[in-house]
Amino acid sequence: MIRLTFDPFEPGALLTAFCQGRQDVGAVASFTGLARAEAGATTSLELEAYPGFTESEIGKTADRARARFALDDLFILHRIGRIAPGEPIVFVAAAARHRRAAFEGCDFLMDYLKSRAPFWKKEHGPAGARWIEPTEQDRADLQRWEKESPR
Amino acid sequence: MARVLLFGRLSDLAGWRERQIDSPSLSALRARLSAEDAGLGEALLGTGLQVALDQVIVRGDAPLNAATEVAFLPPMSGG
Repeated sequence: MIRLTFDPFEPGALLTAFCQGRQDVGAVASFTGLARAEAGATTSLELEAYPGFTESEIGKTADRARARFALDDLFILHRIGRIAPGEPIVFVAAAARHRRAAFEGCDFLMDYLKSRAPFWKKEHGPAGARWIEPTEQDRADLQRWEKESPR
Repeated sequence: MARVLLFGRLSDLAGWRERQIDSPSLSALRARLSAEDAGLGEALLGTGLQVALDQVIVRGDAPLNAATEVAFLPPMSGG
């Protein structure tokens, strides 16, 4: 399931719900991203999406992740709007038969979300506001998956 | 009248987020936006900029009709 929300969320509750009623998967891995304060330089983040397009683009990558890592299920929740430092901004969970696939599925989805998913991120702080673009590290992280042969 | 949407830094730069603009093609629309606002025109040529027509990414020129939704998408960053 892929969902965007303006509201804060509790990652523990999402993980509990995602694990519930599963008897065959063996492994659930999750990742929670938090908004950083950057030592006071960031007072809030503002995330913009393109409703409809954002979900469908993430959906295409989610389908690739399901096939590539043989995931049984996955869950992606991404905040949009204003986000305060310390609040969760993204939650990803992947369920698979074995742990390696679950870990890798989460890792792959996060690398994609950082630099390819249709979101635009603005950092607000005492020095003003600035739009954030993917870093070299974000691009390199994503390229790791292009080098490795699909399994 | 195509429905034109600007995202991220583009809407801050232009001072608008959505407008109805009558234009026969994507290239004509770009030319018109550049003529109105040179700063926006330059930003629309920036590296990493993508264009979606009715929520599908396109490359190159394309005709626009009255109901087309045109979205200019600067480099994306989530998480």
